[in-house]
Amino acid sequence: MTYLSKTLLLCAGLALAACSNPDRFDDGTGAGFNNGGMNAGMAASASDPTSPLYFQQTIGDRVLFAVDQSTLSSEAQAVLDGQAQWLMTNTDYSAVIEGHADEQGTREYNLALGARRANAVQEYLVSRGIAGNRLKVVSYGKERPIELCSNEACYAKNRRAVTVISAVPSS
Amino acid sequence: MMRYILSLLTVLMLWSFPATAQNGPLRIEITEGVIEPLPFAAPDFVSDSTTGAEFGRRIAEVIAADLTGTGLFREIQPEAFISRVTSFSSPVQYADWKAINAQALVTGAVSVDAGGQLVVRFRLYDVFAGQELGQGLQLVGTQDGWRRIAHKVADQIYSRITGEAPYFDSRVVYVAETGPKDQRIKRLAIMDYDGANVSYLTDSASIVLAPRFSPDGRQVLYTSYESGFPRIYVLQVGTAQRRVLEQQDGTMSFAPRFAPDGRRVVYSLSSGGNTDLYMMDIGSGTSTRLTNAPSIETAPSFSPDGSRIVFESDRSGSPQLYIMPAAGGEAQRISFGQGRYGTPVWSPRGDLIAFTKQSKGRFHIGVMRTDGSEERLLTASFLDEGPTWSPNGRVIMFTRETQGAQGSASLYSVDISGRNLRKVPTEAGGSDPSWSPLQD
Repeated sequence: MTYLSKTLLLCAGLALAACSNPDRFDDGTGAGFNNGGMNAGMAASASDPTSPLYFQQTIGDRVLFAVDQSTLSSEAQAVLDGQAQWLMTNTDYSAVIEGHADEQGTREYNLALGARRANAVQEYLVSRGIAGNRLKVVSYGKERPIELCSNEACYAKNRRAVTVISAVPSS
Repeated sequence: MMRYILSLLTVLMLWSFPATAQNGPLRIEITEGVIEPLPFAAPDFVSDSTTGAEFGRRIAEVIAADLTGTGLFREIQPEAFISRVTSFSSPVQYADWKAINAQALVTGAVSVDAGGQLVVRFRLYDVFAGQELGQGLQLVGTQDGWRRIAHKVADQIYSRITGEAPYFDSRVVYVAETGPKDQRIKRLAIMDYDGANVSYLTDSASIVLAPRFSPDGRQVLYTSYESGFPRIYVLQVGTAQRRVLEQQDGTMSFAPRFAPDGRRVVYSLSSGGNTDLYMMDIGSGTSTRLTNAPSIETAPSFSPDGSRIVFESDRSGSPQLYIMPAAGGEAQRISFGQGRYGTPVWSPRGDLIAFTKQSKGRFHIGVMRTDGSEERLLTASFLDEGPTWSPNGRVIMFTRETQGAQGSASLYSVDISGRNLRKVPTEAGGSDPSWSPLQD
């Protein structure tokens, strides 16, 4: 498969915002959904329990990790139980799970660590009954922090896996 | 995509003076705890044309910058000169240069030939011995390539005085960075080793990471998020054409490096959350798995003879350095100090491994012997990482990132003695440098 068709396929599986910027990342404001040209029929309202915005803000789209770790705390598992339930109900959606690391550590190691974290979330969701083909994983390593300070308060929020909901199920 | 194609001819000139071998007192032994920089004079290269004279001025400037940039030489400013060099062929007034303590003197001449090519001649003098050091040389190249000619002259001078292989006529591929930390824009860029002649190889549409030169300097491996997932690409430096190397569905690939044969690539592939090392034959696209462990295996780098691979693994519980045969197999741990070790890079001489070390909240660039002994830390800061070797194995370039919301990345270089830490000038931020071999 050529590179181009690959990209098109990928874009077809993601929200529109992702196509205009393949490196888009969740900035925590939900702007990605509002600006993403969601289908007109889908309410992008946080009060609509079937909306991705509801998933992001009420269910919780992210879990956090300890330094160098990819194990899911009981708190993280509770969030993921909610995510699994939402995905079970809203079968029109698929998800990309983004694994992230804080800036401590080398670029390469953090890429591998982000992959571990994203995979831990994927495996958990699959264990809760979500079909594996609805979930893709990607690691951003330390490339996309959401908090900018260089201390533990920020690092703790950057060591995360974010479940990004997209409108069209992947193949 | 190269800004200029330079056909550079090096012609040995048979001067009327007898050739002198590298003898006499003019010698820097770099390996010994240096030291007082050696004072030299590099007057503007002379010319009989205005164009030539302008090149002569700039070439002398670049030569002086190359030499002083090593920390081993000190330039004597022209204001101190007693003699003026007005002709390339007239005898050198050694006493005048001795009087200002110029131990080395570089003279040169520039002319523009009928085809518009620059013809540059130079001589190096050992002032205190009162004789030439090595033979005069003539170099011919395009006017656009004047900097390369200057670097080649400086390479000659450096080699003759230190006895070391040179490194000035080389390039660096790196990641140019702009924008805030949470929305950083990254582009592949290539420049001369001293920051001049920068050009960009990719646009800013996707995150790009960690470019690595091929052994002939014509290709660059790098990781890009072009597809939405990190994947390894290979790019032709001359045309900026690129193609994806590894695109197994559901996997991510990164941390590629060429084997010394230039035909194989060793890299990391993440599948199911587990990252292991693989080797791919570029021609056929077939890859073989080199490690198979639940731990993270990444940042592989070949020994220059191609027989072994040094890499980073957290199989012991924290990231450490290991060496295994190039075909895979049992690995020996070589790092045993306090802290976490990453991004090992085998030196072009084969004797040392440069690495990133994280210890007590600080980052260091260090070197150790290939058996892990004689570890020396060369730098310390909030975040130093990703060393790359100069072609002669004397200098290491790396990324230094400052902390906080305004933090940014820059390129730095340091001598393997730990001296001569310098910021490498780049237009914007810079990270992940990879130093090319010496150019032909």
